Amino acid sequence: MNRQIVKLFAFVVVLFGILVGFTSYWSVFDAEALKEKDANKRPLLEQQQIPRGRILTADGVLIAKSVAKGRGSAKRYVRRYPEGALFGHPIGYSFVKYGDSEFEQFHNEELVGEGSEFSSIVDELLGERQEGNDIVTNIDSEAQRVALSDLESAGFGAVVAIEPSTGAVKVMASNAPFDPNRVPYEYSKLATNKIETPLLNRATQGLYPPGSTFKVVTAAAGLDSGAITPETAIDAPGSLEVEGTPLENDFGEDFFGATLDTALTNSVNTWFGQLGQQLGNDTLFEYMERFGFNAKPAIDLPEDQVRSSGVYSEEHLLTAKDPVDLARLAIGQERLLATPLQMAQVAAAVANGGKLMKPQIWKRVIDPDGRTIDTMDPSVYSEAISEETAAELTTAMEGVVNEGTGTNAAISGVPVAGKTGTAETPGNLACGGGVDENQAWFIGFAPADDPQIAIAASVECTEQFGNDVAAPIFADVAETILNGE
Amino acid sequence: MTSARNRELLALVPVALLLTAGFAAVFSQENDQLDNLSLIYGAYFLAICLATHIYLRIRLPNADPYLFPLVATLTTFGLVMIYRIDETLARDQANWFVLGLILFALTIQLLRDYEVLERYRYTIAIAGLAVLLAPRLPGIGQQVNGAYLGVKVGPIAFQPAEFTKLAIIVFLASYLREHREVLIVGARRVLGVTLPPLKHFGPLLVVWGASMFMLVFIRDLGSSLMFFAAFLALLYVATGRFSFVVIGMLMFLLGAWFFASTVPHVHERVDIWLHPYEEPENAGYQILQSIFAQADGGLFGKGFGQALITVPGTDNALLPAAQTDTIYALIVNEVGLFGACGVVLVYLLIAARGFKIALLASDGFSKLLAVGLTSVFAIQAFVIIGGVTRVIPLTGVTLPFISYGGSSIVANFVLLALLLLISDRARREAVEPPGRMAAMGAAA
Repeated sequence: MNRQIVKLFAFVVVLFGILVGFTSYWSVFDAEALKEKDANKRPLLEQQQIPRGRILTADGVLIAKSVAKGRGSAKRYVRRYPEGALFGHPIGYSFVKYGDSEFEQFHNEELVGEGSEFSSIVDELLGERQEGNDIVTNIDSEAQRVALSDLESAGFGAVVAIEPSTGAVKVMASNAPFDPNRVPYEYSKLATNKIETPLLNRATQGLYPPGSTFKVVTAAAGLDSGAITPETAIDAPGSLEVEGTPLENDFGEDFFGATLDTALTNSVNTWFGQLGQQLGNDTLFEYMERFGFNAKPAIDLPEDQVRSSGVYSEEHLLTAKDPVDLARLAIGQERLLATPLQMAQVAAAVANGGKLMKPQIWKRVIDPDGRTIDTMDPSVYSEAISEETAAELTTAMEGVVNEGTGTNAAISGVPVAGKTGTAETPGNLACGGGVDENQAWFIGFAPADDPQIAIAASVECTEQFGNDVAAPIFADVAETILNGE
Repeated sequence: MTSARNRELLALVPVALLLTAGFAAVFSQENDQLDNLSLIYGAYFLAICLATHIYLRIRLPNADPYLFPLVATLTTFGLVMIYRIDETLARDQANWFVLGLILFALTIQLLRDYEVLERYRYTIAIAGLAVLLAPRLPGIGQQVNGAYLGVKVGPIAFQPAEFTKLAIIVFLASYLREHREVLIVGARRVLGVTLPPLKHFGPLLVVWGASMFMLVFIRDLGSSLMFFAAFLALLYVATGRFSFVVIGMLMFLLGAWFFASTVPHVHERVDIWLHPYEEPENAGYQILQSIFAQADGGLFGKGFGQALITVPGTDNALLPAAQTDTIYALIVNEVGLFGACGVVLVYLLIAARGFKIALLASDGFSKLLAVGLTSVFAIQAFVIIGGVTRVIPLTGVTLPFISYGGSSIVANFVLLALLLLISDRARREAVEPPGRMAAMGAAA
């Protein structure tokens, strides 16, 4: 019988080996995936026992804090947002039952103070309780307030303000806003509101036709590729047959022998349409990509909560290889869709001498002892255009505000460069399906000679033009930021 | 052979240290300070272990020196985990530990000549099966999660399956010792498959029937699996016919499949095992939470006393049945993969010692009894750890010596006593010259 006993023992060894295998799988190999499961509330419940770090604006306004509830082992921390809806976007929320979103989600590890496995073992041995780090953001509380209140009187839409030289995001406002404090009480109401979509950050996920603001990209591609110079004259008739449909200027106005300054100041569609055709797919798409199109923005927000801008066919992004109507793409039509963040990046790149910086909301991480443990390092996303091109473009964009379509963006005593946009969006269901609905835009930066701030403002569902609704928001927000410094 | 007992004494030292360190960790976690109470607990436990050790020194000087320290390690570990869940549960568990040791001593005292069990094998088997039915009796039976596992008479509650497992093993060891020859010789080859002789196989079919019966009547998938696997292990060792094992397995699977599709409780258990994410808040909650708790443990675990067992601020269980069914998940959570591997290794070492005893034993009954007891113990550990880790469906079997529960502790201490009795005799015979043995036998 002894031979069988030895074999039986070998079998038991195999069985126990299986147990060790499965335990390893759950506890180590599959652990990360399990922690992501919706049914798994454990990570959030555990984090709830850690005082999550505070989130502050650059000027010291408290955006989010954790307050203790209960005592002893029932003690837990709940998130509070003292400013309510003001920073709902882009900060988001963090609650056990509803998970987390936006900035709270992206910076979760810093906020709960999670270190490496090794350092947490050391902490355990030393008996130290985990505590979260504070994060100071780049957000300017006053400018954010101005942006949101302007938007609330203008309509649904978004405003993004970026410091061109660093990529610091100073304003990111989205209307309709939401108060993160209300999430635990009315989550389903917030999540199912299809018209206002308050939980949607329109600044990063609102895909709108950019209209004439996109002419800045077309112009940049033309100048930088050498296709044109500021002196190049193009005959731009009031109407031009493109792909079987006439492309028309406002009021059918003719602009013969127009240069870039004239064309941008008056937003001449047929001028840019011809330029687009001259550039061709490869060049235009290359410059779009340099400005950040066709890619998820490199901002510190969760990847599933930001959207790429570009030419969309259904849910799919077109590339240089796909056939597109170049003339209409050049003036921001075709099937081109862009987020307010993307258009703010276009303005910021021009403002920064052609260098596009990665947009960042966070500024500093401060540990519980008050030491700064990490600081945002401005980094270049791309060298979109040359300094020379940027300077030439700036001059043309100043013309828009001084004497062209964007005069309402002017700030007294400060030179402003910018571009308006008004994309017709008839039948937009979000606007109630009216025929006269527009997407109104303004992108620009100030001061034009020493840019401190680049801004994109976009308003949905308005019957007015970019200069009427978007340009004044630009002026208000830019003035607030410039005065604050 | 006092060196065996000296080794046992030495092996108990780390056990005492583990206990003291464990309690100290839980104390410091709960009270943010070290309390000398943890040292008192450690000393108290060490004193009991020492008393047991001295008893073994006198009664079974030749018995295996590692089994008791290994079991003490598990018990210690279980006590710390249970103490960490609930202080009052740990007090109960400590009392049962003492009760278990008393029965352990009584078994050694009364069954020095354990062959006497052979004489009563049918009585033992029938009593063991009869007591299984008790949970279905009105008034004293208890239903837990759809299975009839418990009996409650006045203040005393117990789980009969824990005791039945001992009775069945004793019966099978004795029956197979007597009939193994005919089972081997009488086997015929039919269509290339070696079949056992029907005449002698009848009583063994009864065991299969009993397992199926448990599945249907008691609805206890775990115990049913445990009994039948132990039976197959014994049958294999006794006859050396692997084909018998295959036939047995097919019969079990066939029966289990049939009843899984007809008995709702069994069907549900299998369903949850295969598709836990279908109802994550209801049926699948326990197994999913058990796996999530393990995912949270990682390599090194979160440390003693750090795991979340209830949703903070409420009494809602985050890890249901943490002190019994899912205690292994709690172990993975708190001491990590390394700690859990340690626990599995202790079970494996106990199994190794058990099979070693079977190898050393000279007579058939001792061999088969040691194999049966060791197998049923190892399989029980496999069934519950496998359930918690989703290797097999999760069932309500206890983790021997670790889970909270008096029946489990007491029954397993009796199991340990039987193993040590067999071991003592086997090792004494191995050391002492047969002549003296014969003389002793004549004197007795």
